[in-house]
Amino acid sequence: MASIAVARRESTFWDTVWGWVTTVDHKRIGALYGITAFIFFMIGGVEATLMRMQLARPEQTLVSPDVFNQLFSMHGTTMIFLAIMPLGAAFFNIIIPLQVGARDVAFPRLNAFSYWTFLAGGLLLNSSWFLGGGLNAGWFAYSPLTGLTYNPGHGVDFWAVSLLVLGTASMAAAFNFIVTIVNMRAPGMSLTRMPVFTWMTLIVSILIVTAFPVITVALIELVFDRAFGFNFFNVFAGGDPLLWQHLFWVFGHPEVYILILPAMGIVSEVLPVFSRKPLFGYPFIIFSGIAIGVMGWMVWAHHMFTVGMGPVANTVFTLTTITIAVPTGVKIFNWVATVWGGQLTLKTPMLFSLGFIAMFIIGGLSGLMHAVSPSDAQQSDTYFIVAHIHYVLFGGAIFAIFSGIYYWFPKATGRLMNETSGKIHFWLTMIGFNLTFFPMHFVGLNGMPRRIATYSAGMGWDFWNMVETVGAFVIIAGILLFLHNFFRSLRKGEVAGNDPWDGRTLEWAIPSPPPEYNFERIPVVHSRDPFWEQKHPHPLGVPAGASQQRPGNRAQQPAVAHAAETHEVIHIPSPSYWPLITALGNAIAGYSLVYRFIPGLFIGGALTMFGLYSWYMEPTVKHENKKH
Amino acid sequence: MRPHWLLALIAAIVLPGIFVAWMIWGGYEPNLPQSTFQADGPVGKLQKDLFWIIFWSATVIFVVIEGIFVYAIFRFPRRPNQPIPPQTHGHQTLEIGWTIAPAIVLAVVAVPTVSALWQIYNVPEEKAGLAIEVRAHQWWWEFKYPNQGVVTANEVHMPVGTRVHFTLHSDDVIHSFWIPKLGGKLDVIPNHSNVIWLQGDEPGEYYGQCAEFCGEAHAFMRFRAVVDTQADFDKWVAAQKAPASAAATGAATTGEALFMGKGACTACHTVAGTNAKGVIGPNLTHVGSRTTIAAGIMPNDHENLVKWLSDPGGIKPGNKMATVIGKSIKLTPDEVGALATYVQGLK
Ligand code: HEC
Ligand SMILES: [Cu+2]
Ligand SMILES: [Cu+2]
Repeated sequence: MASIAVARRESTFWDTVWGWVTTVDHKRIGALYGITAFIFFMIGGVEATLMRMQLARPEQTLVSPDVFNQLFSMHGTTMIFLAIMPLGAAFFNIIIPLQVGARDVAFPRLNAFSYWTFLAGGLLLNSSWFLGGGLNAGWFAYSPLTGLTYNPGHGVDFWAVSLLVLGTASMAAAFNFIVTIVNMRAPGMSLTRMPVFTWMTLIVSILIVTAFPVITVALIELVFDRAFGFNFFNVFAGGDPLLWQHLFWVFGHPEVYILILPAMGIVSEVLPVFSRKPLFGYPFIIFSGIAIGVMGWMVWAHHMFTVGMGPVANTVFTLTTITIAVPTGVKIFNWVATVWGGQLTLKTPMLFSLGFIAMFIIGGLSGLMHAVSPSDAQQSDTYFIVAHIHYVLFGGAIFAIFSGIYYWFPKATGRLMNETSGKIHFWLTMIGFNLTFFPMHFVGLNGMPRRIATYSAGMGWDFWNMVETVGAFVIIAGILLFLHNFFRSLRKGEVAGNDPWDGRTLEWAIPSPPPEYNFERIPVVHSRDPFWEQKHPHPLGVPAGASQQRPGNRAQQPAVAHAAETHEVIHIPSPSYWPLITALGNAIAGYSLVYRFIPGLFIGGALTMFGLYSWYMEPTVKHENKKH
Repeated sequence: MRPHWLLALIAAIVLPGIFVAWMIWGGYEPNLPQSTFQADGPVGKLQKDLFWIIFWSATVIFVVIEGIFVYAIFRFPRRPNQPIPPQTHGHQTLEIGWTIAPAIVLAVVAVPTVSALWQIYNVPEEKAGLAIEVRAHQWWWEFKYPNQGVVTANEVHMPVGTRVHFTLHSDDVIHSFWIPKLGGKLDVIPNHSNVIWLQGDEPGEYYGQCAEFCGEAHAFMRFRAVVDTQADFDKWVAAQKAPASAAATGAATTGEALFMGKGACTACHTVAGTNAKGVIGPNLTHVGSRTTIAAGIMPNDHENLVKWLSDPGGIKPGNKMATVIGKSIKLTPDEVGALATYVQGLK
């Protein structure tokens, strides 16, 4: 057997740092994405906690209204763009090449560029806290409140420019994953054999490259209004504030699916493994994912039911929005059917995935309730909506992300996370989450608007607000336990082996952690659950997605050990610092745009061009020519 | 040992049941001042009835799916030495069934939805009833009755059982006009004049609040809607049209002088029949007759007026009055007391 040693000489601390800074290895970039995004997740959590403390009792003055307004604006922006999206990107990075049987992503250096640009955008946004204050107009930043007249500070500029920078990062990453998934699948992995997580990543990536240009247009208009005196949204010059809302939500609704589809992908991987059954209704799960992706473009104005669009538009968007419940329901039914009749092991990843389904049903149904626009007029802009989005994005996305972390941690690190801590983490999260967000339905229906810095004592919202704050601290206890478990398990966790969960997909066939080149030989795929088929050769009929006439006896042709062709040369892309330089140019241009310092824009732009040029001129691969 | 199906069944009923019970027990509080569970007008009633249709449909769906799901979790744990379960990949008929069934449920729900929608949002050209022009400002409300010739602020009066058309204007940012017990909200958008109709069927005082984030003092942008009997409403209109009452006491006279002079109140406030013609702040001609001050955030009494005039920015951070009062114009406690007395006398 071949043994390919790719020696990484990292003797000193600075060598290690340099190794990470110049890395183009998808697994390392994934780790960087994950760690950075988790730090931002905790910053967003601190913002949320301060808000919960302020609202625990009526008429508190722990923070001023001005600070409170920044807290909720930055909390939303941070959780969506700096936590959930990049946590998804961390999974794409670490898992996709392994699942499709590839040695890396299609464009490794572009991948590094995406990460550094994301980091630059995140730091740009959060540095506003120290440079005069953050965004204070809500995460959807409705004009004309974001105009210079009402918002002379730089918070809006930091927000708009950092979203432009982050958009660049997301689009670059999305193109990369589209190409990787379309072009780099192992031989035999047809689209109908592709793992569901990979499928959802593909759909999300397509949504990103189509939705982000829309918000980019809106943001550029906003920046031009503020920096160069344009009048897109200036109401005094006849600008239309609703233009912003349409552009924002044409992006914003697909964005919701950008946040939730990766989560659905994770759950679709975890459930079959811990039920020892294939995913029920694979084609229906895929098609409903595609249907959701397409229909997600037709519902944006349900965020605008109270802007006075008139009965015709309200009817249309009510009907499209309730229709989108059908494919969502199909997914849920298929997950339930996957579990039904299985053999369930309630390990931590499974608990979080089951929790996802249980909570997502609630979020889906409350979504249906405000899809109904006449009664939504009572719910919009109240805590009922806040409850809904958290059932979808926390009970949904965050639960699934934790599930994915516990599930793939052993693959990425070679060690298992501690089960007992994991289970306690799950229950703390489950209980804390419901204590925090379920009562928000109540106060919302009882008239509590969202985004209020305080409320008076006589409104009757005191009790449940206090319960919500207590719940937030239960969640925090869970997160602290998770962090402890994570870092302890990195060093002391039980050794996992290649396949601790009896996995079904290709990533479980290779060592944990995977070698730099992932697959010694590129596997050949014959069915939808290739590794499972190899371990349990079809005792019960033809496996799903298997071709009817398979060449030879597959028992002698295991998916993973046999190569399509004998690779003697393994291409490992060489490290490069040009992606970082290119991203740095973006950061410089970003700060200059915030402060309307035009020469800085050109300096940053020039640096980016120079970085790109040098990147282009650099040789792409170092050849490791190891004969054996 | 395989857990008994009965145990799974109990779990399948109890766990979703907890959420339903919690929702009903914790959430249903129609007596709260802004509760949407109490509807005192036709728009609110349409919305509330529709809410209950959707709510109970959703609850049934919730109990059934969540129940089956919980049942499966408890019923099918892995036991040692089990052979691999049948590797079922799907079921065509089931898939078609659970695609069509929800579609039918949704189609049924859509009927009352669309019907309510047209009743609420289809505002006829011919606007019978009372017309009120609402102008939202950062962070207070102005109400103008074009046909009655009345201008007031932060407290809107409407006669019982009469359809009222509110035309919504904003000169600054977006706000949202909302009186929960009378009906759902509509946004107040610059360069767009939205019209919402509401009707109060029970005389009483209702809470209103700005529902769209509109800047620093958004949380403090509230108001009151008072539904009067027709007789009371007519009396109110007559009183509002009368000129401001003259200062009656010595303190009030001192206050009036301060109001027209040192206090610079006239720069921003109107008191009909005097030199005070400012339009930046609320019309104060009959402010003494209103139940609250500073956009519905505190009861209108001497003590609160003193607090407000001494430090408007402390009470309502960011409000426009605080850009002058307490900053360039500093009033002594005596002056504040006199001003409060004068303002309170403007019945
Ligand atoms: C710079 C303009 C300005 C000046 C000067 C000013 N006010 Fe005001 N005033 C306002 C504004 C704006 C509001 C509404 C504040 C809010 O609720 O956001 C207001 C509100 C009030 C209210 C409450 C009205 C209500 O219906 O809730 C009273 C009473 C009042 N002012 C009295 C005075 C007095 C007395 C003076 C002079 C000492 C004065 N104001 C000076 C702008 C001004
Ligand atoms: Cu949406
Ligand atoms: Cu507001």
